[in-house]
Amino acid sequence: MKEELFISGRDIPNIDPFLNIWHWQIPLYLFLGGLAAGIMFFAGLFTIMGKEKQMATTVKWAPFMVPVALVLGLFALFLDLKHEMYFWRLYTTIRMESPMSWGAWTLMLVTPLSMIWVATYMKELMPRWNWKFDFVEKTVAFFTTKRKEMAWAMMLLAIILGVYTGILLSAFNARPLWNTSILGPLFLVSGLSTGLATIIWMSKDKKERYILSQIDLGLIGIELFLIVHLFMGFLAASAVQIEAAELFLGGQFTVTFWVFVVILGLVFPATLEILEIKGFHIPIWIPALLILFGGLVFRFVMVEAGQITRYLY
Amino acid sequence: MGAGATAIGLSTLNIAGLNLAKAASSDIPVSDEEMTSFPTYCEVCFWKCAGWAYVDKNKNIRKIIGNTEDPHCNGRLCPRGTGGVGMYTDEDRLKTPLIRETVNGEQVFRKASWEEALDLVASKMKDVAYKYGPASFALFNHGAPGSHFKHLLHAYGSENEGEPAWAQCRGPREVGFSATFGSWIGSPEPTDIRDTNCLVLIGSHIGENMHNGQVQEVADIIGRNATIITVDPRLSTVAAKSKYWLPIKPATDLALLLTWIHVLIYDNLYNKDYVEQYTMGFDLLKEHVKDMTPEWAYGITTIDPATIRKTAREMANAAPSVIVHPGRHVVWYGDDSQRERAIAILNALLGSWGKRGGFYFKESVAIPKYPHPAYPHPEWSWKDNLDGKYPLSSMAITTEMLAASIPEMGYKHQIKAWIVAGTNLPLTIPNKDLFKNAAEAVEFIAVVDTMPMEITGYADVVLPECTYLERYDTLRAAPHREPNVALRMPAVEPKYETKPSWWIAKQLGERLGLADYYNYDDYADVLDWQLKKMGTSLEEMRRIGIKKFDRQSGPLYLADGEEYHFNTNSGKIELYSTEFADLGFDPMPVFTKHPEPEDGFYRLIYGRAPMHTFSRTSNNHNLFDLMNENAVWVNPKVAELWDLKNGQMVHLKNQDGITSTFPVKVRVTERIRWDSVYMVHGFGHDNKKLTRSFGRGASDTQLITNVMVDPMMGGTGMRGNFVTFITDKPGKEAEA
Amino acid sequence: MRYAMAIDTRKCVGCSDCVVACQTENNVPHGYCRDWIVENVSGAYPIVEVELRSERCNHCENSPCVRCCPTGASHIVEGGIVMVTHDECIGCGACIQSCPYDARYSHPDGYVDKCTFCQHRLQKGQNTACVEVCPTKCLHFGDIEDPYSDVSLALKNRTWKVLAPEAGTKPQLYFLT
Ligand SMILES: Nc1nc2c(c(=O)[nH]1)N[C@H]1C(S)=C(S)[C@@H](COP(=O)(O)OP(=O)(O)OC[C@H]3O[C@@H](n4cnc5c(=O)[nH]c(N)nc54)[C@H](O)[C@@H]3O)O[C@H]1N2
Ligand SMILES: Nc1nc2c(c(=O)[nH]1)N[C@H]1C(S)=C(S)[C@@H](COP(=O)(O)OP(=O)(O)OC[C@H]3O[C@@H](n4cnc5c(=O)[nH]c(N)nc54)[C@H](O)[C@@H]3O)O[C@H]1N2
Ligand code: SF4
Ligand code: SF4
Ligand code: SF4
Ligand code: SF4
Ligand code: SF4
Ligand SMILES: [Mo]
Repeated sequence: MKEELFISGRDIPNIDPFLNIWHWQIPLYLFLGGLAAGIMFFAGLFTIMGKEKQMATTVKWAPFMVPVALVLGLFALFLDLKHEMYFWRLYTTIRMESPMSWGAWTLMLVTPLSMIWVATYMKELMPRWNWKFDFVEKTVAFFTTKRKEMAWAMMLLAIILGVYTGILLSAFNARPLWNTSILGPLFLVSGLSTGLATIIWMSKDKKERYILSQIDLGLIGIELFLIVHLFMGFLAASAVQIEAAELFLGGQFTVTFWVFVVILGLVFPATLEILEIKGFHIPIWIPALLILFGGLVFRFVMVEAGQITRYLY
Repeated sequence: MGAGATAIGLSTLNIAGLNLAKAASSDIPVSDEEMTSFPTYCEVCFWKCAGWAYVDKNKNIRKIIGNTEDPHCNGRLCPRGTGGVGMYTDEDRLKTPLIRETVNGEQVFRKASWEEALDLVASKMKDVAYKYGPASFALFNHGAPGSHFKHLLHAYGSENEGEPAWAQCRGPREVGFSATFGSWIGSPEPTDIRDTNCLVLIGSHIGENMHNGQVQEVADIIGRNATIITVDPRLSTVAAKSKYWLPIKPATDLALLLTWIHVLIYDNLYNKDYVEQYTMGFDLLKEHVKDMTPEWAYGITTIDPATIRKTAREMANAAPSVIVHPGRHVVWYGDDSQRERAIAILNALLGSWGKRGGFYFKESVAIPKYPHPAYPHPEWSWKDNLDGKYPLSSMAITTEMLAASIPEMGYKHQIKAWIVAGTNLPLTIPNKDLFKNAAEAVEFIAVVDTMPMEITGYADVVLPECTYLERYDTLRAAPHREPNVALRMPAVEPKYETKPSWWIAKQLGERLGLADYYNYDDYADVLDWQLKKMGTSLEEMRRIGIKKFDRQSGPLYLADGEEYHFNTNSGKIELYSTEFADLGFDPMPVFTKHPEPEDGFYRLIYGRAPMHTFSRTSNNHNLFDLMNENAVWVNPKVAELWDLKNGQMVHLKNQDGITSTFPVKVRVTERIRWDSVYMVHGFGHDNKKLTRSFGRGASDTQLITNVMVDPMMGGTGMRGNFVTFITDKPGKEAEA
Repeated sequence: MRYAMAIDTRKCVGCSDCVVACQTENNVPHGYCRDWIVENVSGAYPIVEVELRSERCNHCENSPCVRCCPTGASHIVEGGIVMVTHDECIGCGACIQSCPYDARYSHPDGYVDKCTFCQHRLQKGQNTACVEVCPTKCLHFGDIEDPYSDVSLALKNRTWKVLAPEAGTKPQLYFLT
């Protein structure tokens, strides 16, 4: 028999018996960041493709959600900080090796950008809108002419943001569950998918929904593929990673992950989308909600389970 | 993080440049220079290490650091001493005097002034003296408060004072060793561990038993790969570091010791010159152990003969630089004085007494007696009550004093009232019923304590003492290699309304008309007077804390072939004890079998955790942080049988049907035999006023109802108790 | 210069004195600790081995906690000591996540705290509080680049290991076996 124990009663809040330093704020922050990235990516993409008309919800309506999501996400992050009054310290330095740092800076760029984007569509959506100040009017008008450039920037930053939501975790080698390069792409794809789900939900245009559903099906396929690889990677790696994978393969997160994330959050909505494409009438909010919910649970599970996994003890 | 520290995080890309100069952090620890240090000696256990209490500008005690000149600690306190500051800061401390009252048929304590509380105690003392004579007022004490109250009781006319250090602790070894070498072991033990080549530990779990100097010296010899042989049914910490661990069947040590004696003699391994010159009775001993072969012992102890022979040889090879350690808490199975005799005999055969790496000749400095009138002769003392029982008890037997407090027990002289100072009797004395009945029978109990321990619940008056960090006390003049004296002085003013024992005792003395015995205003005057007589002063001692003196009694060790007179009847080391023979006891130890657990029961053994002292520290916040409950150690085989999981809570029930009040965590571990379970003593507090430690872990004392009394000196053998597990619906069972 | 610590697991008795001494020296709040003791038991009765280790921040040479800190509050000072500047720390917890040894904790005042190798004492030529107090003298500290430092001498002629080397942090706590 092997025994390993703390004999000097280590019982530090949120660290023992297992790490629990990040609570709901971080997964919510990651979820909202991914969702915002998804919407921005597709808004940018269809703009560049010159499909503003056909994909109106994607390009014009849905981006209204982005600043909201980002601000809420940042607020969640702020709530997570234990020394909040020093929050500004984030912006006195750039630390390239710290995902937390470049994430904060990315958000610093992305949030105003998304707001400007929304502003350029303000008048189009609310014809009676008035910017009140002349210089604002002029600035907005200027950016309205630069939508293509902004679309490129949005796509690029969306990818960075989406990848960042995964890398924030995968940069922590110390947590075997997070210690995999698959998390970046996986979170990106999942974020794109939740973004799409939001757009699909908002869209009233059948045609637009049809296109988006098809893309989403592709993303879900990639996501499932990445998940399988994630576990294959773990099982082929060191003991601590096998242990980490076991949390999902019989361990305490098995049901939550496979039922809520994979089946209800990916496979089932994908089936519904296929049925919808095939012409069955499915209320659109059902698959969209399932995807969003699955994406949220996925982040909660990954953050929580990751904290439990460790190298020692 | 001063200017000297430069950030070398080169990977840092600094935009605002704010990161370059690290701002000084607000809560850098206070530096030693900004604090004042006061000498003290530690009261968290009886090793009494000298140290310094560091006090910051806001009069907070920040830390306690060992005095580097002190041979007890060499500048390094043990965890309990370092955490001693938690004794001072504990918010649960007794804060004011308390008096028991009956309100609507319910017993409650109410706050009282010192005047009122002292008047009440003094009037009770007068009352008892008038009705039954002063001798019927008894003192239970342990540690520093003891000396002040002993002085009071002697002046008042009673010598009935007992401490658990005798019958619950080390009495048997003093009996066994003085019968053999004519000398007590005493405290600190004069074991020359630092220079030994072979240390044999019979149970003694040094490292968990955190008596500082010993632990330090044992670590030294681990560092130089000296042989350590540990006999223990449990893989104690030191056993895990020993060359030999002998996982003996508990209660059979005497057989192992006798067979080692047999091997030393019959394999011609003993120290012939030494035995020849200094001992008597060798031939009798040789005949006595003739049949006690390793094969005989194997059947009893489960230790295989080859290991027995090999370890005997290890000892002989190292002799005389070998120590068969007498242990300290040695009241185990009721034949403990005889087991200690066997240990002493083994040392004699190896020639370790008075030899480098064996036992050195200790010496202490004499403290001049502060003048006072002669004490009155008491009408009777505890000895008179024994009626010839326990003839070798040279200190009072606590349990006998308890029995004498119960009229139904029919003792010649009755005890009618107690002062209890510095001992938590309900958790210290086995057989709780005896204590309870006695406490209920006596007319009055005054308790002097620092904490609302269980004992205070039995008091009529509670007198709150300040902690050792807030008071002067008697000088420490314990024996050691070099005689020395150490000072304890207040580092801060007493918190709350607490007072030092010397003050309490003096106040009582004055109320009893004994002012002549207290011819001083402040105890500091007494100390200064004593220290000046010793060639120093209070002023000097405040600066140095400890002072060493030259030895007067000669060298530490015997020279080769040196003549020496031992303080026994024969002047020799008595392998055959004439003292025992005269009293009708076995002059040479005889093995007797002790009862064994029935099916489904396991022997309850117990010991120390390095970070706690008995029951006194479990509420200390610093030490509570290190260990906040005890666990019951269970061998995996037993766990499997009972389907016990690591960390599961169980209740324990003993052979007499007593169930532990609180559940205790199971620790499944290979570190213990399957016929025993192990617990750390001192947990399972049931006084709710101990807000941290209440209900944490279980009390071993509660489960010790079978006491195997040593007929020679009254020691209360506590390891003849067997427990079983109650796993289901523990709550219900516990109430039953 | 490169500070390091060697822990002699053969001598350590797990008394936790190093833990209390750190607590009182560094004003570590109750319920928290900068160092702690691990007991490792292997084998089966009666052939059982026990290893006792006093652990703390490893002051890793390749320290993920410093890398992931978004504000630079976690940084490395002379001698390789990994420090946290309290008023630069935002309490984001990233460094806590990044440490394979769980050596950091979130101080009730919000910032992250951990072993400093008692830098305030080193600057005055004193040894660390835990090393100074250890009754078994099983803790050795010093400049590992100086062959005559206490830590170098302790490592000489003994076998040692570091914890979780596979985490790749190049830890600077050496456990003598
Ligand atoms: N940390 C700490 N240190 C202390 C104290 C404290 O409270 N806390 N108290 C001090 C005091 S006053 C004393 S008296 C000493 C006591 O300390 P010791 O004299 O060392 O006490 P023991 O009873 O010998 O030690 C308990 C050990 O005996 C083993 N044991 C149980 N039954 C048997 C048996 O039948 N045979 C053998 N060979 N071993 C057995 C147990 O497994 C356990 O390891 O400790 C002192 N040191
Ligand atoms: N079951 C069981 N019983 C045992 C033992 C065991 O191992 N198991 N060990 C035995 C041994 S070896 C011994 S030596 C005894 C020890 O027995 P005790 O000395 O009774 O041990 P403690 O439980 O520490 O109780 C000490 C009491 O003194 C109080 N106190 C502490 N400091 C001060 C002070 O400065 N002033 C005053 N006035 N009071 C103070 C504490 O609050 C506490 O109430 O126990 C013995 N009894
Ligand atoms: S051994 Fe520890 S508790 Fe006992 S006196 Fe020394 S420092 Fe205090
Ligand atoms: S003080 Fe020393 S012996 Fe005690 S636990 Fe710490 S390192 Fe080990
Ligand atoms: S042990 Fe942890 S906190 Fe310390 S330097 Fe290494 S990674 Fe950082
Ligand atoms: S919690 Fe503080 S020290 Fe740790 S990474 Fe965040 S800012 Fe840096
Ligand atoms: S080096 Fe100092 S800060 Fe680090 S564990 Fe030891 S005492 Fe604590
Ligand atoms: Mo004792």
